[in-house]
Amino acid sequence: MKRIALLAIALLLVAGLVPALAAQAPIRIGALFAITGPASFLGEPERNTAQMVVDEINAKGGIKGRKVELITYDTQGDATKAKQLVNKLIKNDKVSAIVGPSTTGETMAILDDAEKAGIPLISCAAGSKITDPVRKFVFKTAQNDSLAVARIYEYLKKKKMTRVAVLTVSDGFGSSGREQLKAQAANFGMQIVVDDTYAPKDTDMTAQLTKIRGSQAQAVICWGTNPGPAVIAKNARQLGLKLPLFMSHGVSSRKFIDLAGDAAEGIILPSGKVLVADLLPKKDKQKQSLMAFVKDYQGHFKAEGDHFGGHAWDATMLLRQAIERGGDAPAAIAAELEKTRNFAGIGGTFSFSPRDHAGLTKDAFVLVEIKNKDWVLVK
Amino acid sequence: MKREPVKYALLVAVALLAPLYFSGGYLMNVLVFVGINTLLVVALNLLLGFAGQISLGHAGFFGLGAYISAILTATHQVNPWLVMLIAALAVSALAFLIGFPVLKLKGHYLAMATLGLGIIIYIFFNEAVDITGGPSGFSGVPNLSIGALVFDDDVKNYYLVWSFTLVVILLAVNLSRSRIGRALRAIHDSEVAARVMGVNVRLLKVQIFALSAFISALAGSLYAHVMTFVAPASFGFHFSVELVTMVIIGGLGSVYGSLLGAALLTLLPEMLRAFQDYDIIIYGLILILATMFMPGGLVRGIPAVLAAILPKKQERG
Repeated sequence: MKRIALLAIALLLVAGLVPALAAQAPIRIGALFAITGPASFLGEPERNTAQMVVDEINAKGGIKGRKVELITYDTQGDATKAKQLVNKLIKNDKVSAIVGPSTTGETMAILDDAEKAGIPLISCAAGSKITDPVRKFVFKTAQNDSLAVARIYEYLKKKKMTRVAVLTVSDGFGSSGREQLKAQAANFGMQIVVDDTYAPKDTDMTAQLTKIRGSQAQAVICWGTNPGPAVIAKNARQLGLKLPLFMSHGVSSRKFIDLAGDAAEGIILPSGKVLVADLLPKKDKQKQSLMAFVKDYQGHFKAEGDHFGGHAWDATMLLRQAIERGGDAPAAIAAELEKTRNFAGIGGTFSFSPRDHAGLTKDAFVLVEIKNKDWVLVK
Repeated sequence: MKREPVKYALLVAVALLAPLYFSGGYLMNVLVFVGINTLLVVALNLLLGFAGQISLGHAGFFGLGAYISAILTATHQVNPWLVMLIAALAVSALAFLIGFPVLKLKGHYLAMATLGLGIIIYIFFNEAVDITGGPSGFSGVPNLSIGALVFDDDVKNYYLVWSFTLVVILLAVNLSRSRIGRALRAIHDSEVAARVMGVNVRLLKVQIFALSAFISALAGSLYAHVMTFVAPASFGFHFSVELVTMVIIGGLGSVYGSLLGAALLTLLPEMLRAFQDYDIIIYGLILILATMFMPGGLVRGIPAVLAAILPKKQERG
């Protein structure tokens, strides 16, 4: 009897194993994020979000019954590392597609590797040169700086302000913003009367602001990521600078309000819609995605989901849809990504085409104002 | 002393055959960077290990080489091989000029001055946006080519970089065993004594500084063509410190030690990736243990460890 029972158990086990063996190999997706290092404020939420999305996909049975395996590497924000790791993902891990990297510099460094290997890459960095000129396998989800600049200039024009002072940080984000601020000024009839920069680690910007105070400027536009802009907000308050202060989407997170404190009041900035997800009208196409993302992120990580994480959410979801439609062959993924129309994600509503691999319009940004330590939509 | 040619021949053989084993995988790509880093570490070791002069600005020379190559070949379409030579000469000329005042300093002051030099160069890369592309980098650097042979994949780049590395190692070994090498070591021990022995200390220090910059710039040019992209972040203070670490871990004053140091510190982070979030802690621990138990660097530490193990085996046998 005992033997029969054992045999039965063994048979059952084997029977249980067979479907497991028969199940297809997982779909392998690579991810490169600057999880540590100076750009970790981008890479950390991106990694968290990408893993969260993949876990959720797998919990619901994967894509067409196949599990998704996310292989994540930390680039430390270093272009050389990114280059080595993209090679690792392509050659050793044999991934079907890659999400990331986090910064424009790293993305520029590895574009050609992905293109040459024919592996679709969805970057989470903002630089417009990533998708201009368009490369067949390279996409991105972060909004172009040009769209944010357009939002601010539009508002200024409406308020009949034409003379602006720009104060930008001397890193990749700031120099890209400065380029756009200068390039688009003429289109909106803006005149840049002061064009100054500060270094990422500067702790006092009184000198630049004093110069601005002595100028004809009607508004100040500051382009940087934390903590610099908070210092500027405080310095402006201390100097009694009465000019309206505009910031970039680089500081559109709760952290900025915490850092700048009272000095943040009244500051206006363009932001992805994720900040004000609950304030958006019901008919907004992105509302559903946004609310889902914010709730999930809060649940998993006990922190506010920001638009950086959103870039990874968009990239992973875009990949999922493309694979659902056309399978996991890299070339098919790229072809399907290009056919994406009106995908309402976190960063905006994406519509790719053979000529546009960035896929967003200026609707991706809303202007928000900081009032009573919270965000308010500017109409 | 017939051991030197044998050692070198062995190294050449290993270097030439390595692709047979690693080809196809991404480690091939990492080995390209091991080659570039070895060039840099040998260059710095000539200065730090032999002459005893510290430099915390070598990432700057490396970066200058990379940027000169990148800009002249991509923006102005000059022949890359010619540019490589121009870059190396220009950077070593700069080092020569700066060397005279700077190398008068000693110890911490020399460290400070070279640190400052590195930072100035770094800031220049960041701020001269119109020329260098600024902080987000400069792309579109062409691959090197000889006739129809374009160095556009890892294996080709590996042989390209390592032929430079092997030549530089040979030259450095010869230099260290020549009259100049002995003079440099004399400077390291005591500048006064060296001067008494008839060594032109001041000139020799500046010359070796310029030579070191020359090799670093060469490594920079290779880096630019292999990466086809350069950004300031790769040439910051952090990288200068990493180079000094490689020299010390490998073995001060040993050319082969430089190779070991560069190989270990470039490969180790890749080997430790399996440990995920703990890799940095393990990396740090290994560095601490290496400096504690192998104060002479890997090049002296490994034979010592082997010597301690081998006799025991003989007893057993």
